[in-house]
Amino acid sequence: MSVQKENSMVKQKQMLADHFMALSEAPMTGRKVCYTFVPGNLTELITAFDMLPVYPEINSLQSGMRQRSRDFIREAEDAGYSEDVCSYVKCDIGMMLQGNIGPTDQQLPPPDLLLLSYTGCFVFMKWFENLRHLYPKAEIAMLHIPYQADGKVEPSAIEYIKEQLRTEVIPKFEKVAGRKIDDAVLAQCMNRSAMAEDLLINVFESARHRPSPIDAYFGGVYYIGPIFTSFRGSQACVEYYEELWKEVQERVALKLGPITPDGTFTEKYRLVVEGPPNWTNFRDFWKLFYEHGAVFVGSTYTRVGGVYDYGFRHSAEDPLKSLAEYCMGCYTNRNLPQRIDLIEKFIKDCDADGLVINSIKSCNSFSAGQLAMMRDIEERRGIPVGFIETDLVDPRYYSYSNIKNRLDSFFQMLEQRKELVGKAVLVS
Amino acid sequence: MPSRFAESRSRISDLTLDEAFQTAKKLFEDLSFGYATDWKSEQQNRRIVGFLPIYVPREILHALDMLPVGLFGAGDKIPVVRGDAYFQSYICHLPRTVIEMALNDSLKDFDAFLFPAICDVIRNLSGIFQLTYKDKLVRFLDFPQNFQSAVGGVFYRHELERLAADLGALNGKSLSTDALNHSIGLYNQNRALLKDLSNFRSSYPHKLSAADHYLILRAGQVMTVEHHNAYVERILELLPSVEAIEADKIRVVVSGSFCEQPPLGLIRTVENAGCYIVDDDFQLGLKWTEGDIPDKTEDPVGALVNAYLNNSTFSSAVYDGDNPKEISLERQVREHRADGVIFCAPSFCDPALLDRPILEKAMERKHIRHIGFQYHENLGQFHVVKEQAGTFADMIKLWD
Ligand code: SF4
Ligand code: SF4
Repeated sequence: MSVQKENSMVKQKQMLADHFMALSEAPMTGRKVCYTFVPGNLTELITAFDMLPVYPEINSLQSGMRQRSRDFIREAEDAGYSEDVCSYVKCDIGMMLQGNIGPTDQQLPPPDLLLLSYTGCFVFMKWFENLRHLYPKAEIAMLHIPYQADGKVEPSAIEYIKEQLRTEVIPKFEKVAGRKIDDAVLAQCMNRSAMAEDLLINVFESARHRPSPIDAYFGGVYYIGPIFTSFRGSQACVEYYEELWKEVQERVALKLGPITPDGTFTEKYRLVVEGPPNWTNFRDFWKLFYEHGAVFVGSTYTRVGGVYDYGFRHSAEDPLKSLAEYCMGCYTNRNLPQRIDLIEKFIKDCDADGLVINSIKSCNSFSAGQLAMMRDIEERRGIPVGFIETDLVDPRYYSYSNIKNRLDSFFQMLEQRKELVGKAVLVS
Repeated sequence: MPSRFAESRSRISDLTLDEAFQTAKKLFEDLSFGYATDWKSEQQNRRIVGFLPIYVPREILHALDMLPVGLFGAGDKIPVVRGDAYFQSYICHLPRTVIEMALNDSLKDFDAFLFPAICDVIRNLSGIFQLTYKDKLVRFLDFPQNFQSAVGGVFYRHELERLAADLGALNGKSLSTDALNHSIGLYNQNRALLKDLSNFRSSYPHKLSAADHYLILRAGQVMTVEHHNAYVERILELLPSVEAIEADKIRVVVSGSFCEQPPLGLIRTVENAGCYIVDDDFQLGLKWTEGDIPDKTEDPVGALVNAYLNNSTFSSAVYDGDNPKEISLERQVREHRADGVIFCAPSFCDPALLDRPILEKAMERKHIRHIGFQYHENLGQFHVVKEQAGTFADMIKLWD
């Protein structure tokens, strides 16, 4: 059964198809191609230079959804990559070794610029070093983003990032593009990003309604697509979010829940989730929740490419400072106590019944520390926490029966708690 | 009764080699960090600062009257009871024993903890310490990956100054130029002595086993630098007179063990299987800076910054833009006249394991033979390692 499509989905699909078409035609059109990563991406700069971005993680997740990742991972492991390391990297490298055929079955062009904006995860640096070996002709720019270890952004970190942008990143862009940066175009991109971010946050905050009109996790990955990937800063991106926001408002007015592959359902449990989803069995995985009437009203994964919940928006006023602040604020670049605070905010704002942690085997950036986070949240909020383990794109680490067993117990806990809370309300 | 600190400092000039190795072994096995606790108890202003691998600028800590103590996990020396409740099975072993030590009070006399930026696990472990130790200083130390002095250098200086200020608040000290110059001098001496030791080991691997060499280095992660300098000096005096016959073994460089440490048994097994380990990255932080750092300057913090930017060794934790690590590894192999490389990394170690394909390919291009395996710090069975290292040695002996 296919997912019921709304206008925004159709629009997004078209945007992506156009983007991949433009990529496949890049060798003919001469448009420059920039490979970069999602967290801390500099899409406004890429757009301002009229380059086409390629996001290796997005390719990996698409390969996972299209059941190609098993092959690609095997290819990378045959080439010497350990079973133990991040499967996104292996999936991407395997795909390149097999001809770099992208998610639309078109060949992806090689990069003119390898832009490592290195945020929230050390594996990106290693991934990048590996890519550099695969593409020795590409120009290379490195942007190091310090970690928000003390739960605040040090002014020296902002200065450091700005200086790197000024002395390293922008000159590399200019070299590859063959022209100077156009400040007016960059400012326009920043303004459009801010508009899209306002609309995105409206969409996410709509989960405070009962029933929630959106699923902030499984649906959320669609909603963040354009913000995360190639389109932030473009007019098309703003228009997409305008359309989406309109649809969400209609759903609120009609008191409709989110759309799933099996249509709508009656909301029973409101959950918050920490960690990325599994992509190889995405629908199965989703079904494990909606068949219990569970909807996600908050998710941290959708903040990995930017946290807009505390008011940050891209700004044209001091673009480099704004880009620096954006990079510093991405979810996994925040320390553990800050991550817990954000989860707690979702729980409180959306009146959630429980938390699910999907611990990803590949991803130490997310996973290391999640058990401590779990205990802290349990203490702070006294709500049930379900802890499951999967992987992003390595199907060997998706065990349906294990996950189902754990979730069944979790839902039992939720049910018991609902009954207890119900009784307490009656007594009082 | 003399304190453990005083006891191990006494009589350095008449230590025998056996006694010297015993001292190192005792320190290695003491998970209550008695040496550090005793050192601290001798003067009121002293503080103990634990740090995770790989590198921290210990000179700053020393200049503030603090003892830097390397936290390299606990190998198989403690059962992991609570540590497993903090880390999923697919995360390396080191953070489990570190948190286990934190929870069983082994680290109770420590005043601060530093977590250098090397990987996501160490980084997030700093968060777990923040949640666990609300009353102690827990600092993540970011290192610049941009090596321009006007960019990464400015940032790093700020990080170091902030670190010094935060640490100084623990004992009311501030960093003085003289004290820092003095500390830099002592650590210069330490690196020079360790280089002599490593050269000796490389030239006469039959006179100093890899395991003993390792323990001498590990002692440097606990002892005061003054003590370690005297201790290594004494060992260097004694080593030339060791009587031993060189065996027919191949010479190998071990790469990838810079964080979670291989068990001593593994180091011994590799050597017993026919491979002299002539260089390695087991205790990389001790030799992080190559060459001396100026120790008579008006700006010793600046000297540390420059050393980091321009004189750091290569490592999986550092972006190697203009200085590819495979070239450094090749150089290491050449300098030590090694016959091959053993890539020996902890399981689930992203930095080491993601470097491995790049390094392996580079070794192949240069016709340098290599093998690879993975370990946990608490590995207890070594027959697979013995088999692999033995076959590797035989193969090289047969064909070269
Ligand atoms: S470890 Fe996690 S954040 Fe890092 S590249 Fe892999 S999936 Fe992405
Ligand atoms: S062993 Fe590797 S992954 Fe584990 S903490 Fe050390 S560097 Fe990180």
